[in-house]
Amino acid sequence: MSMSKRVVAAALLASGLATAAFAQQGPHLGVPVSEADIAAWDISIGPSGAGLPQGSGTASAGASVYATKCIACHGEKGAGKPSDQLVGGRGTLKDPAPVRTVGSYWPYATTLFDYIRRAMPWPQPQSLTPDEIYAVTAYILFLNGVIGENDVMNAATLPKVVMPNRDNFDVAYHEPRRR
Amino acid sequence: MKKSPPDLLEPVAGNGLLHRRLFLTQGAAVLGSGLALMTARNASAAPLEVPATMKTPGAPASGYGERSRFESKVQRLPNGAAPTPGTGGSRTPLEHLEGIITPNSLHFERHHNGIPDIDPEQHRVLIHGLVERPLVFTIDALSRYPLVSRIQFLECSGNSGGLNAPEAAQQAAGALHGLVSCANWTGVPLAILLQEAGVRPEGKWLLAEGADAAGMSRSVPLAKAYDDAILALYQNGERLRPSNGYPVRLFLPGYEGNMNVKWLRRIKVTAEPTMTKDETSKYTDLLPNGRAEMFTFPMGVKSVITSPSGTQKMQGPGLYQISGIAWSGAGRIRRVEVSADRGKTWAAAALDEPVLSKALVRFRLPWRWDGSPSVLMSRATDETGAVQPTRAKLMADRGPSYRYHYNAIQSWNVTAAGEIGNVYV
Repeated sequence: MSMSKRVVAAALLASGLATAAFAQQGPHLGVPVSEADIAAWDISIGPSGAGLPQGSGTASAGASVYATKCIACHGEKGAGKPSDQLVGGRGTLKDPAPVRTVGSYWPYATTLFDYIRRAMPWPQPQSLTPDEIYAVTAYILFLNGVIGENDVMNAATLPKVVMPNRDNFDVAYHEPRRR
Repeated sequence: MKKSPPDLLEPVAGNGLLHRRLFLTQGAAVLGSGLALMTARNASAAPLEVPATMKTPGAPASGYGERSRFESKVQRLPNGAAPTPGTGGSRTPLEHLEGIITPNSLHFERHHNGIPDIDPEQHRVLIHGLVERPLVFTIDALSRYPLVSRIQFLECSGNSGGLNAPEAAQQAAGALHGLVSCANWTGVPLAILLQEAGVRPEGKWLLAEGADAAGMSRSVPLAKAYDDAILALYQNGERLRPSNGYPVRLFLPGYEGNMNVKWLRRIKVTAEPTMTKDETSKYTDLLPNGRAEMFTFPMGVKSVITSPSGTQKMQGPGLYQISGIAWSGAGRIRRVEVSADRGKTWAAAALDEPVLSKALVRFRLPWRWDGSPSVLMSRATDETGAVQPTRAKLMADRGPSYRYHYNAIQSWNVTAAGEIGNVYV
């Protein structure tokens, strides 16, 4: 590329960037907020476990939470009906009618905590205490043979749980190449 | 090359498909000279009476319009049963609609724990996580931002999923495929808000979260947020319907419906996907080899004939216009072909203008039905060259339990008696 072409290219690039910047110029009407004031809303938990609350629970404690809060929809020991089956199905994923449960399909244990906290039990979401959520999470994982009956689930142990189907997912999304 | 008029009367594909230009302006004269095409109706009409509506004043104007009472049969098809009635939705009655815009009252719904009743004065949208400045926005504030307006489709990932059943369900087009709608969505480009918050270099994804009782949450690549994502405030010119996210929803053109989080309350910029329930245990595509694909975001190229279609009835042999919709999450529809002979031969359909990216497009083709048993099919191709697959190929490639992103060719069986039904070929 000659020097003059390079200069033209640089000018075009600069004007393009200026246009993009102009297009993205907003009126700045968002109000700053402190991390402390965000805490009540910041309930999502990723696979790293960052943000998991204090508290803990075991399967035996979880069994009683399950019996009062979950069993009506998810059945005895997570057998399902009328709502999703939570337990079993291991080894069925290649079948014509695969059974997708927490034990047979879910890749991350943190998802279980996240979802129970935000959405369960169905009539009263966000009503369980952290201890109750850890406990019922432990109970479902125990019923699926993923952890032991006396294993304690807490902010340190839950992210370390390796789910049986973890390595059987392929990511279909690919970051677009920068132009 | 301009076709001479008689050519337009010749079938362009098997079993009576006629040229797509037959109904266009140049075709009008052709139709006049080709009346033999039309169904012969020899009986004369009854004497015309002056209607009662001309002899008495009509109703006054109103604050918010209602459709004609004679159209009240056009309804969405709701589902959702005890013990979780708010978990379900309703389908757009595609067979009753024309053009490409779905009326707001008939836009499909899909909820995971009911429709929240949100006061826009109280609602807040938070942007935080890997940003320099966590920010809170009111709806009034968002409404003052530069807005963009686009006509785009929205399709639930599970749309048409029931077509994986071994037996073809005898249902109408809307019951089978009505988890797709198309509207003029207006909102704030998400890129502007992210720029104001200042995304840190390690930010690659965002978590979008709704203010509903399911706390619906999905991870979205930041590249999509910068590309064409908006925080939608308006739907076909009026504020969003509660069932579509009032007062604000995320809108991700072409991406599976579930990601277009309604009642948006929070965007958290993250380095990695959060792996929520609805992007791991649901909305992932389990394949016959036991492996599953995740983050299959764009909806595939697809089309369906809405007239004539399942559960409708032909009104005797004669000239018909086949009409349907096509769409692709990858961009514009390039071509729609129609077959009336079970897929043996195909003819190009006319596409109504405008043909917009990631929007429904209406296609049409004249058909002279001779009264014999027929199978109607439509096959769309998008601007990337992707072609809608046959059902047999989709099922063979993706397995019998494939239910998200089902986009196979729909076939309608027409019997000699004129009954129209869903059929697998």
